[in-house]
Amino acid sequence: MDFFYFLEIFFSGLTRGSIYALIALGYTMVYGIIGLINFAHGEIYMLGAFTALIVATLLGMSGFPAGGILIVAALVAMLWCAAYGYTMEKVAYKPLRGESRLAPLISAIGMSTFLQNYVQLAQTSNYVPFPRLMPRFAFLSAFGGVMRSSDFVILVVSALVMIGLALYIRHTRMGKAMRATAQNRKMAMLVGIDADKVISLTFIIGSALAALGGTLIASHTGQVGFGIGFLAGMKAFTAAVLGGIGSIPGAMLGGLVLGLAESFTTGYLSGDYEDVLAFALLVLILIFRPAGLLGKATVQKV
Amino acid sequence: MNAVMKTLLRAVMISVWFMALTFPVLSLKVNATKRTVDVLWERAAGMGLAMFALSLLWMWYFRHKERGRGDSGPLASVRAGMGRGWHALLRRLDSLGRRRGVTGLCAGVLLAAAVFLPVAGSMYQTTIFANAFLYVMLALGLNIAVGIAGQLVLGYAAFYAIGAYTYGLLNQYFGLGFWVCLPVGGCLAAVAGLLLGFPVLRLQGDYLAIVTLGFGEIVRLLLNNWMDITGGSQGVANIPRPSLFGITLSSDQSMAYVYYLTLAAMIVTIVVVARIKDSRVGLALRALRDDEIASEAMGIDLRMVKLQAFALGSCWAGFAGVLLAARINFISPPSFTFMESAMILSMVVLGGMGSISGVVVAALVLTLAPEYLRALSAYRMLVFGALMVLMMIFRPQGLIPSRKRIYHPRGVSADGAATSAQGGRA
Repeated sequence: MDFFYFLEIFFSGLTRGSIYALIALGYTMVYGIIGLINFAHGEIYMLGAFTALIVATLLGMSGFPAGGILIVAALVAMLWCAAYGYTMEKVAYKPLRGESRLAPLISAIGMSTFLQNYVQLAQTSNYVPFPRLMPRFAFLSAFGGVMRSSDFVILVVSALVMIGLALYIRHTRMGKAMRATAQNRKMAMLVGIDADKVISLTFIIGSALAALGGTLIASHTGQVGFGIGFLAGMKAFTAAVLGGIGSIPGAMLGGLVLGLAESFTTGYLSGDYEDVLAFALLVLILIFRPAGLLGKATVQKV
Repeated sequence: MNAVMKTLLRAVMISVWFMALTFPVLSLKVNATKRTVDVLWERAAGMGLAMFALSLLWMWYFRHKERGRGDSGPLASVRAGMGRGWHALLRRLDSLGRRRGVTGLCAGVLLAAAVFLPVAGSMYQTTIFANAFLYVMLALGLNIAVGIAGQLVLGYAAFYAIGAYTYGLLNQYFGLGFWVCLPVGGCLAAVAGLLLGFPVLRLQGDYLAIVTLGFGEIVRLLLNNWMDITGGSQGVANIPRPSLFGITLSSDQSMAYVYYLTLAAMIVTIVVVARIKDSRVGLALRALRDDEIASEAMGIDLRMVKLQAFALGSCWAGFAGVLLAARINFISPPSFTFMESAMILSMVVLGGMGSISGVVVAALVLTLAPEYLRALSAYRMLVFGALMVLMMIFRPQGLIPSRKRIYHPRGVSADGAATSAQGGRA
């Protein structure tokens, strides 16, 4: 029984962690390429959840099967959030390229505040229930119910997406261009890489991943609110920093480690300080090991 | 003609893009109880029209910026004229401000108006002005760390919370009064600033910003979850108003009394921050902002100066917190969220980082405008967010930019800036 409890906590931690990892990828890719902490990334995740809710409600009115609704809602949310991410970069960050590092960061905070209030005013300031769309898998009950169907869906989908992303970045032309731009933007431009395009693509991919995360977590927890982006964004950022910001495998590892750490503290100690744990971890890593688990320490030349 | 058509076409395309982009969230409103979606076409139409106009403005601005001064776009002359007008106004005000009499007169008139407000105005007016003065204190305090020293602190509300809870808790458990708690609150906030400052000495820029944000959230979550001591999300209630030599005051009188205290505290803050800015410490802080390595090479003790920036910045939030608790009698963690920090930061950014007059004006406008334009108050944070982005793009130095002090040695004219600047302190 005790072992089952352990497994249950383990899987719920993995689920949580893979969502953090999905969002963290967006942070880490953007940071890797333009060195900006995209504060508004958590809001993209929230926008993704809301878009999925709207699409799901629309389709629900016309009597679609639940599994189909989930897939369509997730795809539409990813598409729209990719467009949000693209637009955000063009409006709020591109004009500031080449300014001090503080200017885009403040702009990002403004963007985050703006998007949060935009959704609050356009939709609602209350939590809204998200329809139950996750399919039920009968074979999971054979394992004594340690893993819920939605856990299973989230794990499989996020694993597939992350493998796909890793392959894309390793093997395609655009992926190579992204890696080159992350290493050195000026040199990449000298060899003919369109840096603007790469930056746009980074925002598009990151935002689509965040939207996917938003859709999955909303159908897992069953509710959506305009304020969910801040905490999720901060935790995903913690995950990115934990793994080493700028490193893509780092973001995945960081997400899983953070998810498991939270899940085990909640399961064995107390749920009161779950959020404090994430923030404390964030502060401690930044102070003692800013390079994270997989990142390389940079030396500042004077 | 062709160019105009092209621009218009582009504006149409941008507005169509934004209409499509915002369509799901803006124009499809979910009805949670009925599980239906209402389509609001008028919102989509409004968005399209607004974006059409905005994109034209945006394109004209950037074309003007790229072409430089020899621009002849239709709006360029208007824009340039407005820019010139604003600068001329600022310069006029500046030269007026240099005449002692005028400054004194203005300050006197404003002070008199502020003093008579509780007598002449309603209770409501008194309350919102007391609130605005509190934000002036907060914004000026944050201005020391962010504007003058260039250390982006994102968890400023934590120091505000520390001040407020100092008074709330010391009063609840030990029965200490306002006048004891005011200095204690300020000192505790400054100590918290130092505690935060020590570990982050090595961090710069965005990492520093994130650590301070994490600190702010940790403080809020502790206040929220430490039920036994802080009362958790229920907060601390029944905090008394300050005493006046043992005289019992009616509710309105004590409100006016708190108003005067806040006014006095604000004036003290303005004077002290202005003096700090021009002191040796202030010069070191500004050197730190402009270039850390160069200032270290000039013999500035970076550790010391950074700690000073944190302590000096956070103590004002502590004082403001005590005053807040004294005014509203009830404090709870939701008053000290990240949004609060972001709002104070937007005051500093809007006013002009490092500029005292700018930050005072921005704090007053941003707190009073939503009160007087009730219809706008729901859109307050939306506007703040947009303002922060737009200010960074169009006017990163703020509305009233901080003036660089230039020291002209005797015998060198102001035109010889290139030679005199090296001899002077900027």
